[in-house]
Amino acid sequence: MPVKPEEVRWVEPPRMGLWERLYVPAVLQGLGTTLSHMVRPAVTQQFPEEEPKLPPHYRGVHRLNRDEQGRVKCVACYLCATACPAHCIDIVAAPSPWPDREKYPETFVIDELRCIYCGMCEEACPVDAIELTTLYDLTGLTRREMLFDKEKLLSVYDQTVAAGTDPPRTRRGRLGPASEPLVPINQLGPSSGVGANAAHPSDNRTDSERTTLSPRL
Amino acid sequence: MSLLITFLMIVVVMTAILTINSYLILLERKTAAWIQDRVGPNRVGFDLGLPFLKRLTGGFHFWGLGQPIADGLKFLFKEQVVPQHVDKVLYFLAPCVAVITALLAFAVVPFGPTPTPQNPDAFPFVIAPNIDIGIVFVFAVSSLAVYAIILGGWASNNKYSMIGALRSSAQIISYEIPLGLSILVVAMLTGSLNLERIIARQATEGFLGWNIWFQPLAWLLFFTAALAETNRLPFDLPECEQELVGGFHTEYSAIKFVMFFLGEYTHMITVSFLTAILFFGGWHFPFIAEPTSSYPGATAVKILVLVFKAGFFIFLIMVLRWSLPRFRYDQLMRLAWVVLIPLGLLNVIVAMIVLHWGLSRWWLLPISLVLFVGAGLIGTVVSTPDKRMIGHARQA
Repeated sequence: MPVKPEEVRWVEPPRMGLWERLYVPAVLQGLGTTLSHMVRPAVTQQFPEEEPKLPPHYRGVHRLNRDEQGRVKCVACYLCATACPAHCIDIVAAPSPWPDREKYPETFVIDELRCIYCGMCEEACPVDAIELTTLYDLTGLTRREMLFDKEKLLSVYDQTVAAGTDPPRTRRGRLGPASEPLVPINQLGPSSGVGANAAHPSDNRTDSERTTLSPRL
Repeated sequence: MSLLITFLMIVVVMTAILTINSYLILLERKTAAWIQDRVGPNRVGFDLGLPFLKRLTGGFHFWGLGQPIADGLKFLFKEQVVPQHVDKVLYFLAPCVAVITALLAFAVVPFGPTPTPQNPDAFPFVIAPNIDIGIVFVFAVSSLAVYAIILGGWASNNKYSMIGALRSSAQIISYEIPLGLSILVVAMLTGSLNLERIIARQATEGFLGWNIWFQPLAWLLFFTAALAETNRLPFDLPECEQELVGGFHTEYSAIKFVMFFLGEYTHMITVSFLTAILFFGGWHFPFIAEPTSSYPGATAVKILVLVFKAGFFIFLIMVLRWSLPRFRYDQLMRLAWVVLIPLGLLNVIVAMIVLHWGLSRWWLLPISLVLFVGAGLIGTVVSTPDKRMIGHARQA
């Protein structure tokens, strides 16, 4: 489409005064800027000698969190595997040996080479069982070595918690909100945020018909 | 005997220049890093990363001082890539010309104390002493360096190299003129083209005899034009990476590339020495390096003073590189032909008037400043070609 001349707005460069026209003061000002940077301390981190200061939300190697009894928190719901855009999580579920949950992962394998470290698994997990740690220097000699199984992922949890680099970010010990007993929505307090809309006193449906939410929400 | 001394001096000076060149590259990278809030190369120590040397040095890094050695070795042992489409003879000739002309120009540049009227028997620290056309020789030879660039660009048979070479030839020819005009004033003030005599006059007259006091404008013109002559930023149009890949040295690799680099850095050293010699009194410094000072080690102090002055200008050139953006090509040409050359001519005329009527040379200082500010005033009044261009486009 041709541009009409009346639509073109010509922008003139700002007029330079005598001070700018002399150029030398401007050059000296520029030299002042660069020289002031020369005496500033460098922002470089000397990597192998100096550990980088990573923010706690850094997305490094995964770990599987433990609950207060040291059991794996995961309830094998497959939400992380479903959310994973790289399809790098492989879970085999089995009936849980413990009474407080239905399933647990018999195997839980993450292909660390395939993972793109997007953190979607962490966001998807309803029981806060999977987390990404600040471990960044992940190496291995073979591809097989980089398939992290359940024991390896749990040991990552033990290591990072013991080293203090990644304290459990989610509620330590307890399973996540999805594992908690369901509370009918009209029993929630008025301050719970969703209660005012969802559970009106004139609502005459039975409790089981109503949406249920955990008390945490 | 004097032949032997000259030969020894050539060997020492050439070796020193080549070594200093490689360390200047490290200094340049360090300067760049400091200006950009970085650390710069600090990994390669004198062990060069070799295991058996590492045991000797204990793995200490020496703040990256081994980097130039490692770089030099790397370039030496790199594969010599010669593209199929190049003109073989000229392709190999170009880097040789670059190094030879750059080193040859240094032959008449004093790098230490030279004989003065008070001290006529002093040892002349210059390879070829008492060359009466000294400064003309320097600029005649160093402008031969443009042949290296043009030959390199032409022989590479590559459009980017060719454009870089053409830009360079136009640029160097344009900037020769203000360079010559600014030196002309210095030569007139001294009455000689001999670099040793130029130093001797300034040294004899003391701190207030330095040419910078009479010719600050000539110094500004000289320094600007010299930056362009050495292809340094903000005038490095022949090799500007964003437009021309590498410019004239696009097709060069390994040791041939290093030779171009050596040529450029040797030029930089020569220009810095010349700035110190022509305008800042050479090896003279009040109280510690006077022509009459004869305490033990005075000679060494004088050499150090000159080297320190030259080093300051080398550093200034480097910091300027990381401070100023590159000129556009038409701006580059306009600066030379519309600003520097008229200013240089006026400056020469003023100096002629002052010398002819035997006025005090101190008249030159205020007149220089008036010329400088006057040029700025004219610049604010006269409309620039940019604006005229916009006016045309608006009428169309």
